[in-house]
Amino acid sequence: MDFAPTSAQRKAASTKIVIAGGFGVGKTTLVGSVSEIQPLRTEALVTNESEGVDDLAAVPAKSTTTVAMDFGRLTLAEDIVLYLFGTPGQRRFWFMWDDLCLGAIGAIVLVDTARLDESFSPLDYFEHKGLPFIVAVNQFEGVQQYSLDEIANALALPPEVPIIAIDARDRESAKSALLRVTEYALQKLTAQLSVGVH
Amino acid sequence: MAPLDPSGMDDEATPKPRFVRPYTITAGRTESSVDLPMEATLRTQGDGTGGLSAAALKVLEVCDTRSVAEVAALVHMPIGVVRVLLSDLVEHGHIRVQATITNDSSRDERIELIERTLRGLRTY
Repeated sequence: MDFAPTSAQRKAASTKIVIAGGFGVGKTTLVGSVSEIQPLRTEALVTNESEGVDDLAAVPAKSTTTVAMDFGRLTLAEDIVLYLFGTPGQRRFWFMWDDLCLGAIGAIVLVDTARLDESFSPLDYFEHKGLPFIVAVNQFEGVQQYSLDEIANALALPPEVPIIAIDARDRESAKSALLRVTEYALQKLTAQLSVGVH
Repeated sequence: MAPLDPSGMDDEATPKPRFVRPYTITAGRTESSVDLPMEATLRTQGDGTGGLSAAALKVLEVCDTRSVAEVAALVHMPIGVVRVLLSDLVEHGHIRVQATITNDSSRDERIELIERTLRGLRTY
């Protein structure tokens, strides 16, 4: 391609990390504690029989509903902005995750130990898609009922998947989850390199 | 490209809409021809906004340095509608889309992006 853009033009100007988890687990709280803007909400139209987001052609004939996603923004440097997208964890929203996860650095599955079952669906999805993900156990009021090992076992996590405890309300704690998933994504990419996968 | 009324439900032609149907804003179009990931940021360029619809102008006004998702949130339109409008603005040279990681990105490009993100996060 003679007309390929220069590397400066091709250098990504923005990127994203996906925050998945059940209702009320603290996704928007996590986004809000590190975002430089108040979390914003964007909506996608969904038809009840939808295979895709915004299948507007089908709108007149089918009843529709909207799915809301809260997101935040972190300007990390002059040349890079990181967006955090909180997404509903239920399996019925899988169809829109493809859109959300394409090009993402990785995902954080936010877990509430009182409702572990709500994490199964996002875990399955990210594993299936090969998107690097970590598990972050949101500790409400600092209550630690189970060890991280016990939670990893209950979730049947593959041993290489990082699992950490965070307080989604705390900026540094939320940031540590972002760092962990980004480091893990890098580690996975470079490991593939050293194995010689082209 | 998609028909507006695939089911032929003509008796639905005069419903009592609670709001403007999204495809009205986009003149019936449902797909954008430009790749517009949620996190892709836009830059305005050139001048002259003649012939743009009110909705397109509204989008153009807020989109500089912002992402597709931010624009949708700020103009209170569904993401799919905003993608169609942004796609038109790109094709007419009013805006350009800044690079993101795509399926076609090389491993080197991904590593470069992640390293830059890590450096930024550590000092954030």
